[in-house]
Amino acid sequence: MSSLAKLTHAEAAEQFIADEPRTDWHDDTLWFVREKRDKAVNSIPEWEQLRQWASDIKYHGLSNMHQLLVDFEKNAIANCIEVHWAVDAKEHNELIYKIIQDNQIERIVKSKSMLTEECHLNEFLTEKGVEVVDTDLGERIVQFRKEAPSHIVLPAIHLKKQDVSETFHEHLGTEKGNNDPQYLTEAARGHLRDKFIASELAITGVNFAIAETGGFVVCTNEGNADMGAHAAKIHIACMGFEKIIPKAEHLAVFLRLLARSATGQPITTYSSHFSKPRAGQQMHLVIVDNGRSRQLGREEFRNSLKCIRCAACFNTCPVYRRSGGHSYHTAVAGPIGSILNPNLDMQANKDLPFASTLCGSCSNVCPVKINIHEQLYLWRQTITKEGLAPKTKTIAMWGMSEVLAHPAIYRLAGKMGRWVVKYLPFLTNNAMNPWFKQREMPQAPKESFRDWYLNNKQK
Amino acid sequence: MSARETILANIMANQPVSQDLPQIDLQAVIHYDNVLQQFKTVLESIGGKTLEIKDWQELQAMMESDQAAGKRIINAISELGNIDETLSTMKAEELAMVQRAYIKAGIAVAENGSVWVDEAAMVNRLLPFIAEHLVLVIEQKNIVANMHHAYQQVASFETGFGMFLAGPSKTADIEQSLVIGAHGARSLLVCILPS
Repeated sequence: MSSLAKLTHAEAAEQFIADEPRTDWHDDTLWFVREKRDKAVNSIPEWEQLRQWASDIKYHGLSNMHQLLVDFEKNAIANCIEVHWAVDAKEHNELIYKIIQDNQIERIVKSKSMLTEECHLNEFLTEKGVEVVDTDLGERIVQFRKEAPSHIVLPAIHLKKQDVSETFHEHLGTEKGNNDPQYLTEAARGHLRDKFIASELAITGVNFAIAETGGFVVCTNEGNADMGAHAAKIHIACMGFEKIIPKAEHLAVFLRLLARSATGQPITTYSSHFSKPRAGQQMHLVIVDNGRSRQLGREEFRNSLKCIRCAACFNTCPVYRRSGGHSYHTAVAGPIGSILNPNLDMQANKDLPFASTLCGSCSNVCPVKINIHEQLYLWRQTITKEGLAPKTKTIAMWGMSEVLAHPAIYRLAGKMGRWVVKYLPFLTNNAMNPWFKQREMPQAPKESFRDWYLNNKQK
Repeated sequence: MSARETILANIMANQPVSQDLPQIDLQAVIHYDNVLQQFKTVLESIGGKTLEIKDWQELQAMMESDQAAGKRIINAISELGNIDETLSTMKAEELAMVQRAYIKAGIAVAENGSVWVDEAAMVNRLLPFIAEHLVLVIEQKNIVANMHHAYQQVASFETGFGMFLAGPSKTADIEQSLVIGAHGARSLLVCILPS
């Protein structure tokens, strides 16, 4: 990850697609997930209505966020949950470290939480000498390999079973060359059972937090969040504040949408509703801002906070499928990541809104109807206005607008272009021209449309 | 200012004008002519098994044959016999030996094959996750069409924990190959009692 962090999306994507068969395999694998989603969605006649309800419930939540958080906190405290607040990633990490220190904890398990990835919690704790075991199978695989997850739902989707086999052979002593997913999963099950049983503290994410009840819901297929949370004497759940929904009955809408959009399942195997710690257990909940309140204030971008992290936009995106999650160099990749991350750090993530064809497929599959492709386009404008767009792009765009604004220059440029492509092709067919990469330059037409029109009009 | 005050003040300053909640129209959501059949079909499609039984005796016989075969089982259903008094405080090490657990479930949902299991019914929160195999029992009259109907009946937050459970534990994290039995139960059987 660290070596990729210095590359822009386009540069990292160029490395990714150098292996063509593997790129095709990645593309097909994600498209397969998209097709499973379509099948599940088509079995629900009221799907479009559900999306609208979800979008409206989330907007109600955003527009009443202050009150909902106050209500949630009051109800959670009444349920004996300790509620903490963190302005940014640093505060989030320090809060968790303090709980670990206060209770002299050594053995920690963690289930999937994109927020803790966003806050780089694992790196922070490792620096403090605290080991955290990721328990989602995909996350454990990438943790062994010292990589970041490449997808928010399928963390190891960039790896082939041979890669996993080699990693498990090295770290778990599995048979060399045995690539059977059943065998490899069984090995991880045994390894992680020991970790669950021995763990003292479990960290989980939160899918939905319910203001009305002060409880929260965590969804997994593997059961790893529950194995951790119910075995350990301390449970810490971490959430961005936008996970709040008003009432328990609204869970019906979101649980119907989430897994169908994510993997094509009718619901995840486990949809666990936590509302009180068990006898003798400590339950902590950390509510994090980390730039979200700023995004809430940006009218054109605030709807991005409706996201329920299903990753449907990843699976359908022609750019994500052919560039891989790591090329986005952020915790949340894909189209949704490209509209969330410029808010976190516009300078570091200025390339991401350009990593899109603006085809709109992401917006079409989004279960909460976020206008993702429109926001990508708006971020491009914001980034260019801030003077952060690459110089070559800015100059090219300036040149283009000058040419298009002056008909005489436009006609002259067209004539020169046709002449160059015809007689001096090496001037365009070279590595200096980014449009020549992976493309054949077109044949130059004999005349422009304008000339053709004028000639034919006279006939 | 504390972190709490800072965050809440920023949210107050930045949140848009309030918009009302939508009305969820229960007439507009999916229904099935035969919720029992739909429930069975969906649950079996996601790796679970179903069994229609006549009465508790039938299940009791199944449990006894498990015991006779020397399996380590845990019963959390009073209709099937005594519940081990130490179950609620059993630790992970001990529960990890459980080969099959019998637990009563509440509402079942036809659209997705899930059943609601409440803390009161599982007795120990870890039991339904750590047991190698899981047998749940529902009553046919408790099958509802969809999640909207389910939440009308689930009093999820009166006890401290509850879940919708749909099928056995699974993962597809290795090359999208489905493997049953990730961390939780390797199999799920839902027994259906007549109403």
